[in-house]
Amino acid sequence: MVWTKHEYDKIPGTYVFDGKRANPAYNLNKLLFSFNEEKNRAEFDQDPAAYCDKMGVAGEQKEAILNHDFLGMLNMGANIYYMAKMAIPRGVSVQDAGAAFQGITTEEFMNNLLDKGKDIVKKVAGREGYWNG
Amino acid sequence: MAKVIGGITTSHIPAVGNAINNNLQQEPYWKRFFDGYGPAHEWLKDNPPDIVIVVYNDHGLNFFLDKIPTFAIGCADEYHNADEGWGLPPRPPYRGDAQFSWHLAESLVAQEFDICTCQEMKVDHGFVNPIRVLFGDSDNYPFETVPFAVNTVQHPVPSAKRCLDIGRALGEAIRTYGEDKNVLILGTGGMSHQLQGERAGLIDVEFDLECMDQIATNPEWFTQFTNDEIMERTGTEGIETIMWLVMRGALKNDVEVVHKHYHAPISNTGAGLLVLDNK
Repeated sequence: MVWTKHEYDKIPGTYVFDGKRANPAYNLNKLLFSFNEEKNRAEFDQDPAAYCDKMGVAGEQKEAILNHDFLGMLNMGANIYYMAKMAIPRGVSVQDAGAAFQGITTEEFMNNLLDKGKDIVKKVAGREGYWNG
Repeated sequence: MAKVIGGITTSHIPAVGNAINNNLQQEPYWKRFFDGYGPAHEWLKDNPPDIVIVVYNDHGLNFFLDKIPTFAIGCADEYHNADEGWGLPPRPPYRGDAQFSWHLAESLVAQEFDICTCQEMKVDHGFVNPIRVLFGDSDNYPFETVPFAVNTVQHPVPSAKRCLDIGRALGEAIRTYGEDKNVLILGTGGMSHQLQGERAGLIDVEFDLECMDQIATNPEWFTQFTNDEIMERTGTEGIETIMWLVMRGALKNDVEVVHKHYHAPISNTGAGLLVLDNK
């Protein structure tokens, strides 16, 4: 058995959510998906370890959930949108997650984003037909 | 006969809904983004749709990873928003037009696009936020809706070419509906962004602007790229921009470009607004 290789595997710093990631993290993502419902969030909060057991999440994945180790969860195949269902209500934004991936602070990460837009008025003005305020 | 009156592209990210909830539209961070929707609102006032088809991706509300349709179309009388895990109060339900939807489904399958039909379909922020940002908040919008979901979450996802092709078939399906209806199509999501990995935070303004110009006037241009190339250039979540091509394919080649607006960053993304008049 072998996972088919892809061109996108070579993109640095990038983990494309495909079968190779979705398969081993199926129960992990199922647990995260269950957080769409308040009753499941409450059940998890009451006894996180028992909820992991019930959902069939064990080992390193269970440990990552219990430790709120979002970076670890992503590395083990959590889908970013599914992980957001656990992270965002706990005060961890996608910017916090991005900063953690790069080992920088959230403020630095957000400043880097703002830098990408700092010449936006000039760049848009250089093209035809754009609204520009 | 129904006709496609136009197409609009817009961001659908959760932060846009949060900004509306918290009335932040005129805050410095948001002002340029929201102000750029003014001409779109004007155009919509002059061109009110009877039916709005929203092309978007589900982020884990309606579909779980157990069954992921590549293309899915809502075929119901009503669509419900629901808690996506963040505890936000859901928006009121959206009216559907089951007869119109089933016609689209029949026509698409007859044209060999084997889509998934959904008689129950919860709609998440990908569907809700484009309607909110373009039409404001209402519990009784003056149009029916059709959710058109494209898988951009769990690979393999369809190619840009496939999206353009199904869009062309969608246009044909709309034109063969046996009732006079003015149909607007929203292509949502994008543009460049990557949420995960060491490359998170990527935004490519130049490429986004090139995509907007080309999709408006020459959408075939976008089909030269493989999904690997699109993700390398615009980030893993930047792949959402392929959904714009579903909208674009349903319009004729030489549309009138009414409005172009681009802003970055909005949250982690480049945000592009195109208003295309199909008359």
